[in-house]
Amino acid sequence: MSEEEEFELEPIEILELPLDAWHREKGARMVEFAGYHMPIQYEGIMAEHIWTRESAGLFDVSHMGQLMLTGDGAAEALEAMVPGDISALKEGKMRYSLLLDEDGGVLDDMMITAAPMGLYVVVNGAVKWDDMGHLREHLPDEITINHMEDRALLALQGPKAVDALKRVVPGVDALYFMEAGSFFWGPKTDPEPLWISRSGYTGEDGFEISVPAAHAKTLADQICAQPEVKPIGLGARDSLRLEAGLPLYGHDMNPDIDPIEASAAFAVSKRRRAEGGFFGADRILTALSDGPARKLVGLSVEGKMPVREGAPVFAGDAQVGVITSGGFAPSVGAPIAMGYVDAGHNAAGSALEAEVRGKRVSVTVSPLPFVPHHYHRKGANT
Amino acid sequence: MTRYFTEDHEWIEVDGDSATVGITEYAQSQLGDIVFAEVPATGATLKKGGDAAVVESVKAASDVYAPVSGTVIEGNDALEGDPALVNNDPEGEGWFFKITLSDTSELDSLMDATAYKAFVDGL
Repeated sequence: MSEEEEFELEPIEILELPLDAWHREKGARMVEFAGYHMPIQYEGIMAEHIWTRESAGLFDVSHMGQLMLTGDGAAEALEAMVPGDISALKEGKMRYSLLLDEDGGVLDDMMITAAPMGLYVVVNGAVKWDDMGHLREHLPDEITINHMEDRALLALQGPKAVDALKRVVPGVDALYFMEAGSFFWGPKTDPEPLWISRSGYTGEDGFEISVPAAHAKTLADQICAQPEVKPIGLGARDSLRLEAGLPLYGHDMNPDIDPIEASAAFAVSKRRRAEGGFFGADRILTALSDGPARKLVGLSVEGKMPVREGAPVFAGDAQVGVITSGGFAPSVGAPIAMGYVDAGHNAAGSALEAEVRGKRVSVTVSPLPFVPHHYHRKGANT
Repeated sequence: MTRYFTEDHEWIEVDGDSATVGITEYAQSQLGDIVFAEVPATGATLKKGGDAAVVESVKAASDVYAPVSGTVIEGNDALEGDPALVNNDPEGEGWFFKITLSDTSELDSLMDATAYKAFVDGL
């Protein structure tokens, strides 16, 4: 008789975010995402997507990690792990960057803002614990990492976001794209400071609002009371970012990919290209000068059948790529995709085929974004 | 005519030895906005429980299984131009395919409307 030990695995606890009950009251269908119960949709992904493009949508992105790096030399120290010019960031300015492993592979993408206290960093929920471990391992002890778990993060996105939010939080309309600041909200006798940036991940104008968890429900109610605003779930967030050509970490980027392959050469700042001094600089700067062996590109899809993550991409009989994100694009009215395609086949206009359930479907490498960005840029006429 | 249901949320309406198959109101409500449907070719042979059709929402692709074995008489071509028929009228105009049954005794393992309602209420 053999004795086998039985392991009773404890189910991993799925955590609740500050607005959990609020979402359920609003009729959300909740799913597990990044270890949390999250709203995937309220009235329907298509309607929520279109509403955001035409008016304004409120997204709860409290699963994302909000970190504050403090201590002398935090920017210079962080630059060992990111290819952006962080030390040149002026207070109130933010930058998209990539967290690199020792080989220059992408561990996460993130927003870094120069805040009065230090560097305010927003990272993806699914990898935030790993990110913090990596940062702690490679940042000097003098730099403190504060994980602000007591704060919720809301994103208000869409062309009417500014009209709605300035009624709730006066003064936010003074921000331009990729700027951030502290704004008072609530009764004049006891105002609450909110940290607000003009940024987002839908391709539309909009804001991201960091609020103490205890006040999240009141703020969400006030924003949703504005006639322009409806709550929007993760489903539409995904279709909106795909149309905007914005990569989703864990799908369109992973540690095997370097920033140049990820078509994020813009995130390697000019000074850093000249000086190097970040993880994987040799590999990344070589890919920058020689061109990457494969590249993340947009693919328009012929017909109506969606081409999804994992579908192989062919040029004739040869596999030359793979789809990493794909689905139906409500604002385009057709399926779209992003994926990695080998050099020689990834120029815009290249005619390729993807394979779905054993069938070939024509796809064409197309410039990103699929839907134009509508950011409120400083100096722009619009 | 009698309508039966599966635990995978297909319905099948039987008329003699032929039948019409679709997905239920509950299934379409769970899938959300349908953007694509692929129906089997006329003449295709289906096996009970095997892949028969595909339905895709904005988020994901799902299989539609054959509730019984048989041969496809007709696929619903209207779904190609208007996949949202599956959302708007899943148990009517949004049908997927018609088949001739090869073994009517397979119907015995399916649920009737009352049993299916109880099944869905328990989910």
